[in-house]
Amino acid sequence: MIIKILGTGCTNCKRLEANAKEAVQQLGIEATVEKVENIQDIMAYGVMKTPALVVDEHVKIMGRVASVADIKAVLA
Amino acid sequence: MIILTWLNDNLLKMNWLHDLVSALVFDVLGLSAQSPLGGSIHFFIYDSIKIFLLLSVLIFTISYVQSFFPPERTRKILGRFSGISANILGALLGTITPFCSCSSIPLFIGFTSAGLPIGVTFSFLISSPLVDLASVLLLASIFNWRIATSYVLVGLVLAVIGGSLISMLRLERYVEGFVFSQRPLNLEPEQLSTKLRMQFAKDQVIDIVRKVWIYIIIGVGIGALIHNVIPQTFVQAVLGQDKWYSVLLATLVGIPMYADIFGTLPIAEALVSKGVGIGTALSFMMAVTALSLPSLVLLKKVVKIQLLSIFVAIVTTGILIIGYTFNIFGHLLV
Repeated sequence: MIIKILGTGCTNCKRLEANAKEAVQQLGIEATVEKVENIQDIMAYGVMKTPALVVDEHVKIMGRVASVADIKAVLA
Repeated sequence: MIILTWLNDNLLKMNWLHDLVSALVFDVLGLSAQSPLGGSIHFFIYDSIKIFLLLSVLIFTISYVQSFFPPERTRKILGRFSGISANILGALLGTITPFCSCSSIPLFIGFTSAGLPIGVTFSFLISSPLVDLASVLLLASIFNWRIATSYVLVGLVLAVIGGSLISMLRLERYVEGFVFSQRPLNLEPEQLSTKLRMQFAKDQVIDIVRKVWIYIIIGVGIGALIHNVIPQTFVQAVLGQDKWYSVLLATLVGIPMYADIFGTLPIAEALVSKGVGIGTALSFMMAVTALSLPSLVLLKKVVKIQLLSIFVAIVTTGILIIGYTFNIFGHLLV
């Protein structure tokens, strides 16, 4: 599973990244967490409000810092 | 009416806090209310507590409302209108959407690539940092309701006229090419539960307070200095109502500055108390919030220098006109 965090490097993006890593660890699944910081690459996903969470190229969460529990629900 | 006045005095103006801080500074610490030190400390403590309290409550409320208007929905609503009504709607939606200039670029690309006229997007971009519900209530708290309402009205008019002018001039050719080549995706906004909306609103409060507290402290600090230390004659000589260049100076000083509207309010408050015209103070606030170097640098990534210059010129002219008009008719509002 590939998880991408979209965001231009603001603090919220870092918090979402940390939560995503925590969620992966808690679920004990095989997944990589990558960051996408280039604005054009972010826009290619159609996201207008960062941060956003993309799971296997599908946008799952956008415009908010989801909690670890929220992300676990999305990943499970 | 009595209830409204009570609410206004206690929740908005927080007269109880004023008295409490007076008791602390003048009675407990024993400083004189007339001395520069006592006055400054009182202004500093009272204004910072008041602004932080109001800010937290207001941002929570607005963020909750905001969660019902994600950019996808805003774009869909705007797409249904054309001409001046689209500009008006863009300006209005700008009042309930993000404060942060870092989100304006993805919005700009997302709106433009989906075929919204850039003039409508600019109406949205002008009103978004300039006018929001929090600033209205803070203006009402620091000044009064007439000034607060007038500020919102002229802010919206500036956004509508600015955006319409950009539409009329047909400036699409000055938008960077890659903006149009993005394929517009229609993502379905998430369905959020009330609990998630509350969580989002709480996060926004923490996030925004963390981001703007330093500007508020600096703003209140400068305000306290102007209010009690810098002599009135000096302030009057530079920014007095009778000086034709006061508005121009306030605007030009404000443009490159980057601060939140919440940081500029205490400065405007102190300036007005020293006899600076309300128009001059409003111009300063508008220049600081609507235009700033960091946001222009960001915008430069998506539009060419010609469009950027026209945008700055239109907004600056608008702010100058508003400033001079308010200085002439401002006595009707105080």
